[in-house]
Order: sequence, then structure tokens, then C-alpha cells
Amino acid sequence: MPAIIDVRHVNKAFGGLKVINDCSIQVEEGSITGLIGPNGAGKSTLFNIIAGALPLDSGQVLLDGEDITNRPANELFHKGLLRTFQIAHEFSQMTALENLMMVPPDQAGESLFSAWLKPGMVRSQESEVRRRALEVIDFVGLHHVRNELAGNLSGGQKKLLELGRTMMTDARVVLLDEIAAGVNRTLLGDLVSNIERLNREMGYTFLVIEHDMDMIARLCDPVIVLAQGSVMVEGTIEEIQNNPQVIEAYFGANVA
Amino acid sequence: MNELVFFINNVVIAGSVTGSIYAIGAIGVTLVFSIMRFAHFAHADMMTFGAFMVLLLTMAFPGAGAVVGLPTAVVMLPLAMALTALLAVGIDKAFYKPLRAHGVKPIVIVIGSLGVTLMLQGLIRLFAGTSAQSLYIAERKEIYRLELPFELATRPIIVTEPQVILFILTIAAVVGLHLFLNRSRLGKAMRAMSDNPDLAQASGININTIVAVTWVIVGGLAAIAGTLLSLDVTFKPDLSFFLLLPIFAAAIVGGVGHPYGAIAGGFVVGFAETLAVFNWTVMLRPIAHHFPDWLELPRNLAFVGTEYKIVVPFFILVAILVWRPTGIFKGKVIS
Repeated sequence: MPAIIDVRHVNKAFGGLKVINDCSIQVEEGSITGLIGPNGAGKSTLFNIIAGALPLDSGQVLLDGEDITNRPANELFHKGLLRTFQIAHEFSQMTALENLMMVPPDQAGESLFSAWLKPGMVRSQESEVRRRALEVIDFVGLHHVRNELAGNLSGGQKKLLELGRTMMTDARVVLLDEIAAGVNRTLLGDLVSNIERLNREMGYTFLVIEHDMDMIARLCDPVIVLAQGSVMVEGTIEEIQNNPQVIEAYFGANVA
Repeated sequence: MNELVFFINNVVIAGSVTGSIYAIGAIGVTLVFSIMRFAHFAHADMMTFGAFMVLLLTMAFPGAGAVVGLPTAVVMLPLAMALTALLAVGIDKAFYKPLRAHGVKPIVIVIGSLGVTLMLQGLIRLFAGTSAQSLYIAERKEIYRLELPFELATRPIIVTEPQVILFILTIAAVVGLHLFLNRSRLGKAMRAMSDNPDLAQASGININTIVAVTWVIVGGLAAIAGTLLSLDVTFKPDLSFFLLLPIFAAAIVGGVGHPYGAIAGGFVVGFAETLAVFNWTVMLRPIAHHFPDWLELPRNLAFVGTEYKIVVPFFILVAILVWRPTGIFKGKVIS
């Protein structure tokens, strides 16, 4: 399997604090790869670098062989690289449905010319987008709150909305940043099965940061363990759980 | 009845004129704030610049208006709007964009915009001179006198041609902006960016495009407001001094980042100014004979003298900041 995301020798420091230290990871196409590590291991920073939200100091990020180092997030979006946020982001002044309808790229109404010159085309495309948004909102189980302002949704619902957003366009790789945090157990089951379905049916590749080890165990193969800004080990969840280095990194020395 | 006509002429019409100009100005300030999160002090000078462009174009083609039956200045307005929009985009590229790229705090950009204010004012003065000039060059200002069909009203309602044009353009601008923000994808993208810039970018919205579009709209609106004010009175290179405070007051009264609030704020400040300098003696004269003898009506009974008009928006600004800092409509994002 070829690597769809290829991070090569990336370094990133905030002031004097070296957060990412010569880190290289590969995400295989079609996989659900987990990214775990103790607090401060640099997971989110690495995520933000891949997603184009943070400039890196040195190194390279490739998406399907194409150099995407330091490209802005909106460009990556159009290449099929999407992300969710650790603290759920939403357009608070729009309804849940409108939030989803914001996403699809290359709509005719986007350009000023077609907005004014081809209103018919814009309208038919908009009803298509609306249909899709309604499907997605059913899929993530938010049908009953679709007309609520997104700012008023609960934390867990916002997370579901984040996942829904990635389904509005034909994504190739989705970066999920602690999608399970703050989501209750029942909802979490839905979330996991939705992610699996997207992976199976739509061929999405996922890179998942997660603290919930149950979820990692259910979802991810392989799992990459990050510590102090670089890869410590990589393997299946069983291998990771039995690795003495990992146990030490998580619980401190001599616990095992 | 004549008192009522006097009130309409001096408060309703005058207040609407001032209010419209402040409203269009405040929309610009509020749009810049909601997209780029800084207070743009050079906005009033963009208004002056727009009016100055109209002045130059009118001088170049003084007869153009007669062809279509409108004041030449109004015919030249679209071109001046385009030029002002270009200036706004250019200023952003040259001064604000490099600051944003460095990730400076908003206050640094605010100070930068103060620099742009001084620069623009100097440039306009350099080319326009310091004196007031009329935008009516080859034409005369039309004045409409509407006689009222009542016995008691002997005086007409007076409204000038530029005032009528001002009302029409204000309504057009507000309706146009409303449709743009709510119907077009680009307008929705602007709302999205004002709501959550990170998410907007992660949803594929190009921030640079939105910033450029914002400046185009802001520049165009500034040119409209500046020109209409100059048509109503005269063009002055230091117009912005008298505009800056009221439009910021209007934007804050309406809740910064709230275009509809800015419109309301513009009218609140405009009417407050007009009412504050209104001579109430005229209104009280018909009932003056009911007053006791020792109470004589003064010749001028206004809250403040005309020369202190600028105090009014300042007072409103302070009052709003103290009692309702988020504005009467609670702003921050375009909604």
C-alpha cells in the first residue's frame, strides 16, 4: 500500500521549546491510523503542521506524492485533506444544516460572476448541496437539531457536526483530532461505526489522535506512538500495549 | 403646521441625511472589523478619497451629467467607487497584509491604519488644496419645494436633489449588501470567516479572497458615503475629521461587526446630532402665550450650539461603552 501522507523529518520549535523533533510518519491509503502519546508529545502540533495550520521549521509533508509543505488549509481542503478540531469549531451564527452547506467546494455561487449571471445554476446546485447536507445530518444523527444555531449545540453534537462536515465533500484523508473527547458512550458508538463506514464505503483514510484507548483499540490499525516530538514505536494495538517503552512513557518508569 | 414643516425640514430630513452617511460609513468600519478584527481608522479618509476622485472626474468631464439628466458627480460615482476599492485593496496589500503575515496584535494594525489616515490626508491635501470645493461644477443644485396641501402650512418641505439621491443610494446599498451577505456563496463565506476564521479556512474558504472582497465592498461604500456628503455640503480635504468619530460611534452603538446594527447606529447618531442642535424655540412659540410672564423664550433653545455638534457622538460613544459595551445589537460577527 502506498503512503497517502508522508511526513519526512519534520522539525518544529516554539521559541526554545522543541515540540517536533525529526519526526517521520507514513499513513497508508485506506487505513485508519491512530496517533497516540502522552500529553505534550506533539500530536496536535504535528496535526496542525499536516493540516497547514502551522508553518514547520524544516522537513517535508507529502500528500499522495505531492509536496504540500506549508500550503494553506484551504488549498489542502481542495486536494481532499480535511481536518476536525480538538475543540469543536462551528459557525455559531448559522444553523447546523447551514454549517454543513458551507462546506462543498467549487460551487457556482462562489464566484461573483456566476452568482449574478447564472442564478438558475446557483439555485439548482444549492438544492443539490441541501439534499446532501440533509443526508449527512441524518447519517450523523443530528436531524432533530438541524435548524438550531450551531453555537447552541452540545459539545458532543458539535463533534458529530465536525464529522459530518468531512462528509460533505469527497475527502481522501481526514484528520480527526480527539473526536471522541466530550462525547457520551452511546454517541461514541455511532461515531466509531460512522468512521468505519466512511472508511469502508467511501474509501476515506483517517489519521486519528485519541486519548480514549478503547476507541483506538476498536478503530485503529496501525497505531503510532509519539513521545517528545518523534515516533517511539509503531505497530498494531496489541504490540503497542505490550511494549515496555510505551508503558514507561505513559506511566513513568518501573510501573510495569 | 409651519412648525411641523420646520421640524420635518430640520430634523427628519437633516437627520436622515446625516444618518444615512454615518450608516454607510459605519457599515464599512464594521465589515473590516468583523473580517480582519481591527478598527480601521483610515476609513473616513477612504470616504474623502472617494469624494475627491468624484471631484477630479467631474472636473474632467463636467458635461457628462447633462446627457443622462443626473448630477455629473453621481454619474462619476461608479468609477470613483472602483478607484476607491482599488485604493483599499492596495492599502491592504501594502500596509496591513504584511502586518497580518507577521501575526502582530490587532492594536499594531490599528496604529498602522492611523498612519495610513495621516498619509491619505496629506496626499489629498497635496492635490486638492485645503479649501472647500463644490462637486457641482457645471450644474446647479436642484432644490425641490414640496407645497403641502394644508391651509395652515404656508411653508414648503425642502429637499435637495443630492438628498433624494442619497436616500435612494442608501436603500440600494443596504438592500444590496443584505442580499449579498445572505444569498451569495461569497457573502456566506464572509459570514463564515467572521464567525470562525480557522474553520472557514479548513472548509476550503480562501481567506485572501475574502479579505480582498471585503476591501472592495468597503472601498465602494466609502466612496458612496463620501461623495454624497460632499454633494450635500461641499468637498473638504479634512472631511474625515468630522466623520471619523461619528462613524465609529455608530459602529459601536450598533455593536461592532453587525452591519444592520451599524445602520441603526448611524441613524441614532445622526438624529441625536440633529436633535441636539435643533432650535426648540420655534416649536414652543405657538404655546408661548401659556407661559408665565417671567418665562421668556430665548431666541435659540438648543441642547448644544452647532459648533459643539461633534460632542454629541462622543457622548453617545462614551455612554454606550459604559452601559452597553457590546452595542445595542450585541455584535462581533456578521449575522
